[in-house]
Amino acid sequence: MTALLPTRHDEAWRYADLAALESVWPVAPETIVLAPGEQGTRTLVIDGAAVHDIAITLGEGAQFAFHVLNAAKGYGRVALRVTLARGSRFHLGAAQIAGGEQTVEIVTEVIHAEPDAVSRQVVRQVLAGQATGNYLGRVVVDRGAVGTDGEQSIRAMLLDRTATANARPELEIFADDVKCAHGCAIGELDANALFYLASRGIPPISAKALMLQAFLAEAFVGAADEERLTAAAVAALETVL
Amino acid sequence: MSLLTITDLANEVAGKPILKGLSLSINAGEIHAIMGPNGAGKSTLAYTLGGRPGYDVTGGSATLDGRDLLAMAPHERAAAGLFLGFQYPVEIPGVSMVQFLREALNAQRKSRGEEPLSGGAFLKLAREKAALLKLDPDMLKRPVNVGFSGGEKKRAEMVQMGILDPKLAILDETDSGLDIDALKVCGEGINAIMRRPDKAVLLITHYQRLLDYVKPDFVHVLAGGRIVRSGGPELALELEEQGYEALVA
Repeated sequence: MTALLPTRHDEAWRYADLAALESVWPVAPETIVLAPGEQGTRTLVIDGAAVHDIAITLGEGAQFAFHVLNAAKGYGRVALRVTLARGSRFHLGAAQIAGGEQTVEIVTEVIHAEPDAVSRQVVRQVLAGQATGNYLGRVVVDRGAVGTDGEQSIRAMLLDRTATANARPELEIFADDVKCAHGCAIGELDANALFYLASRGIPPISAKALMLQAFLAEAFVGAADEERLTAAAVAALETVL
Repeated sequence: MSLLTITDLANEVAGKPILKGLSLSINAGEIHAIMGPNGAGKSTLAYTLGGRPGYDVTGGSATLDGRDLLAMAPHERAAAGLFLGFQYPVEIPGVSMVQFLREALNAQRKSRGEEPLSGGAFLKLAREKAALLKLDPDMLKRPVNVGFSGGEKKRAEMVQMGILDPKLAILDETDSGLDIDALKVCGEGINAIMRRPDKAVLLITHYQRLLDYVKPDFVHVLAGGRIVRSGGPELALELEEQGYEALVA
């Protein structure tokens, strides 16, 4: 580990809030190891400022589900480096909500080191004001990791034209017979749907909250504490609407 | 007493004038039908009264129960008693029909200074209205209009109308996309919910067939952004027989 502060030349820090990072640098990395066949879950809710750097290693046939709500006040970053052994399964469901001039980001590297592992990444972002929300996600399929099944679904909703979303799904594939898909979309709330809700008597802010809640919920599907995450997301939405 | 009064209403959509001095008065207890050729401005009238963004009023006035409709935001118009039945109901993934309607009803009640309806009382009301429209109550648990057939969407619109209990319903081509049986169910639903001395309906339609079930007191022909003819129910039959061209020319 280097104690040198990263620079923008480093791809993984390209859109980071380096000024905010300085006060917490260096970040102590965290390690999660799952033994073969083991199952685990983790939920991370960021509501202050926080920088997480987590390495996750899944043994053969292990399964791990990671759910994140990144509604940082200030800079919030979650960096994951996940290594998958044969037949293991990794799921990331992450929601990021930011307003003001905050930067929130999720940076992942998922390495399919052996055959037949599955990875799923679902990231939903709601960005208002001058906020920046980033997703930099690389999926690496090592030589010989046949039967890999990787998927990245990245969507961002901009509430103001001044907000920024950077979404960069990346694939590095060194094996044949693999299935890797990524989808990425950045948009605004559907004006037709907002008018439909209004026409039934729902005030604009409640209509937006209702639609955004549904949008973010896609990140929490299957989470053990889905209700708690949803409630926290709703509370965070109120601060940016 | 006049529930809806529209006087010389003019508007523009994307800079193009559509309504050009439309006047219409609807009393409580009445059902009016507006018919007219494609592009006459029928849907534009509905959206303009509903306050849809992009439908800019350039002149005239519209009042609902004596209140200036055009000064209100769309959600305020709903709370004031206006219901807009959409020709193409919008799908909203992830938001359940029940959640949406309960929030809508309670937002309206709140703005009228009424207590919110409890979850149990709301479900009872929703099931009752679904039964009236012969809509499977389980559909209310599904996301708003997602995966509904054309007929189910229109019946769901009428269920919404039943739950929200408006003073005035403007129904934009509620009959389009309906088979004969669904048309009858919707027609009967409209009568059951809206045929009251204190309520009124403005039906926008191309065809006579809906009017077989919902008998209008007045029929108007809209062409070129204005009402060009008004009459009783016989006018709809005349239109069906002769077409718009003969009447509008």
